[in-house]
Amino acid sequence: MSLSSRFENIEMAQHLCGKLLEEEKISDETRHWILMALREALANAIKHGNAEDRSKRVHLEMNVKDQVLRIRIRDEGEGFDPEKVDDPLAPENRFKTSGRGIFYMKTFMDEVRFQRVEGGGMEIFLTKNLAAVKEKEEKGS
Amino acid sequence: MKTSVREGKGGVQVLDLKGKITIGSGDVQLRETINKLVDEGKRNILINMQDVTTIDSSGIGELVGCYTSVTNKGGKLKLLHLPPKINDVLTVTQLITVFDVYESEQEAVASFAG
Repeated sequence: MSLSSRFENIEMAQHLCGKLLEEEKISDETRHWILMALREALANAIKHGNAEDRSKRVHLEMNVKDQVLRIRIRDEGEGFDPEKVDDPLAPENRFKTSGRGIFYMKTFMDEVRFQRVEGGGMEIFLTKNLAAVKEKEEKGS
Repeated sequence: MKTSVREGKGGVQVLDLKGKITIGSGDVQLRETINKLVDEGKRNILINMQDVTTIDSSGIGELVGCYTSVTNKGGKLKLLHLPPKINDVLTVTQLITVFDVYESEQEAVASFAG
């Protein structure tokens, strides 16, 4: 699907992802953190990728196959170097007002991968192994 | 997000937040509310987070920014009734050690006197 660069659209995408996860027997806790990672990725695409330009779109694909959630988000912006994003845990960055979004994505998902798109834009891939989550949750209960 | 400010003992400003502190919805509002209190000369601010339903990195960034602006003016900003998931979000970024967090409003308000 393709969304306009408006922050209001984040909740609609979260709702759809929540629906996708409904059939998976994961805890509300896990679901919450997955949806937070999705929120951060979309906010990143709208704010830093498309610079809130409403003429630019954010392209979103989500699916669950073989109990693995895969999310792919592409913006139409200038792109950036994810290696140059400051570490929010470094003491000198502790009081910065931004720069934590990617860290949260990496904390709550199994894999977060960035890729420049030929012709402009940035793609981000988020992956979560739901089978592993379920196994861990069952052992913990 | 809804905000309301009341005055506690010793002139402590208790800011009750309700709803989301997320990008485009509540993040800027939080900053503006705190800046207004600071501009009015208020220096001791307690943010009641009990009814905050969601926060994201933008909201966390605003909380940090508010903490810095109040502290730079010689004031104190503390947090009250942190919901567990917001506690988790502050913990993973090691910000939980930055904020003084209280479970009792009475204790929190009294702590500003120290």
